[in-house]
Amino acid sequence: MSALLELAGVRYRYPGATRDALAGVSLSVAARQFHAVLGPNGGGKTTLVRIALGALAPLQGRAVIDGRPAAGWARRELARIAGVVPQREDNLFPQRVRETVLLGRYAHLSLWGRERPEDHAAVDRALAACDIAQLGDRWVWSLSGGEYQRVRIARALAQEPRLLVLDEPGVSLDLKHEMGLFELVRGLVDTQGLAVLMITHDLNLAARFADSLLLLSDGRPVASGAPASVLTQEIVETVFSWPVAMQTIDGRPQMVPLRQPKEPVA
Amino acid sequence: MKWTLLCIVAVFALVASVVLGPAAVPLADLFRSDIVWNLRAPRALLAFLVGGSLGVAGASLQALVRNPLADPFLLGLSGGAGLGAVLAIALHIPGPWALPIAAFIGALAALGLVYRMGLIGGAALDPRILLLGGVAVGAFTAAITTAIVSLADAAELRNAFLWLWGGLSGASWDSVLLVALYAPIPLIVLFAASRSLDLLALGEEPAGYLGADVAAVKRRVYLAASLLTAAAVAVSGVIGFVGLVVPHVARLAWGHRHRALLPAAFIGGGALLAIADTLARTVVAPRELPVGVVTALIGVPVFTLLLRRWTVA
Repeated sequence: MSALLELAGVRYRYPGATRDALAGVSLSVAARQFHAVLGPNGGGKTTLVRIALGALAPLQGRAVIDGRPAAGWARRELARIAGVVPQREDNLFPQRVRETVLLGRYAHLSLWGRERPEDHAAVDRALAACDIAQLGDRWVWSLSGGEYQRVRIARALAQEPRLLVLDEPGVSLDLKHEMGLFELVRGLVDTQGLAVLMITHDLNLAARFADSLLLLSDGRPVASGAPASVLTQEIVETVFSWPVAMQTIDGRPQMVPLRQPKEPVA
Repeated sequence: MKWTLLCIVAVFALVASVVLGPAAVPLADLFRSDIVWNLRAPRALLAFLVGGSLGVAGASLQALVRNPLADPFLLGLSGGAGLGAVLAIALHIPGPWALPIAAFIGALAALGLVYRMGLIGGAALDPRILLLGGVAVGAFTAAITTAIVSLADAAELRNAFLWLWGGLSGASWDSVLLVALYAPIPLIVLFAASRSLDLLALGEEPAGYLGADVAAVKRRVYLAASLLTAAAVAVSGVIGFVGLVVPHVARLAWGHRHRALLPAAFIGGGALLAIADTLARTVVAPRELPVGVVTALIGVPVFTLLLRRWTVA
């Protein structure tokens, strides 16, 4: 199966910076695949998203979406095949849930035309897929953190994308909502055949839900592949400079950080 | 329903500004009166066009600079236009069009300067720098304007001062025609950017991912809104608060979606300025208040209420 999103040997350095934000990063996400990118803060995860979506052009290597360089897409065309849930956003004006999700249809609308029945149908499907159909008339500011993330995922789904990119969607969610969010994303991959690229801090949830992991440290790939080959005690302790113990749940590796180093970790 | 109401208010405003005035014109002679036909009618229409333009420019700029309390004159245009107009007055440049043309050139110069400053951070036109640049250019031009005014004689000073507070007494069918031909171009550009402005309210990065060509939209909206404001200030001076208050009130009724908001801000702004100008002509008749005084007296209390609402919400 050909990859929907492909990064090969990507290197990037921000203007004026003294070192590369990313170097030697490769990644490939196809339909029905859930790919997670992990790593410490400042490890280049968000830079990777920007390059993958063509917001930045790599200095070396290539970023390709659906056979075309990511930076070569017109934003409007790209928005029809790639839906994004960015890390941060801040709506200037108060808005209701349905209106917010409808923004996902803008890339499909003609300049002067109104929304068509199929646009409203796509919004309904997206709300239903995220299990928030009952929230349609609520003001966005009145939602809980977990509901709000679902609204933003619904907006990305309303774009009817083939690729869904999420940048740290689980941050600041409680246990129930964070698990619910990962279940939702996994479900979208399995039932709708989406290709998913998720940036996350959460090693354990990524290992439980994703098909493939990429671990970045200082912008360099440390390990990639199936969760069992990436999340090993040795790799985790090296990258995060903290001792951990490993367990296995549902056949996936899970790490437990230990208290107080028994011996100094390099 | 709300559109009908808005249109009724607009028609009422236009009718009132044609019927009312310091000279008593019997209703029966309304259509034969020179005063009505050559003074009040063009003046009412010009007020409507200018107010509508300011309303649309304000609504668009508020989304662009991501500040719902921005005024179209915040970006330094009023200072540039004022400097141009005061120079024309001080240098005794003759002709009925000297003042508008000088003010327009001054506004364009300020626009260019602020735009150039906005590009300092790269090609992306940083809205925060636009705002700060606008305030800086405004302060600088105001200083030069004040220096010129302080050296002018009393009559010139009075003219310059009154011009700076805005007025539509220069209205003629020629100026109406000019604005009616000019304004639709930037207006269409802004209406076409409606959906992109909705997206831009989320922030630049999310807007791009939802399909907006952010850098191009910002340039287009800034230039179109500024050109609209420059024309308004050239024919009528600095009329504050229309571009600030009208989009705000319109948002309460029409929501924030610019496809509905911008037309509502146009009609609402037009109606407000037509009413304000009628008040300016009649309350101290036979003398006349600068219309900017009336809009500020209406606008500041409304603004204060909105500010309260905004900070409480």
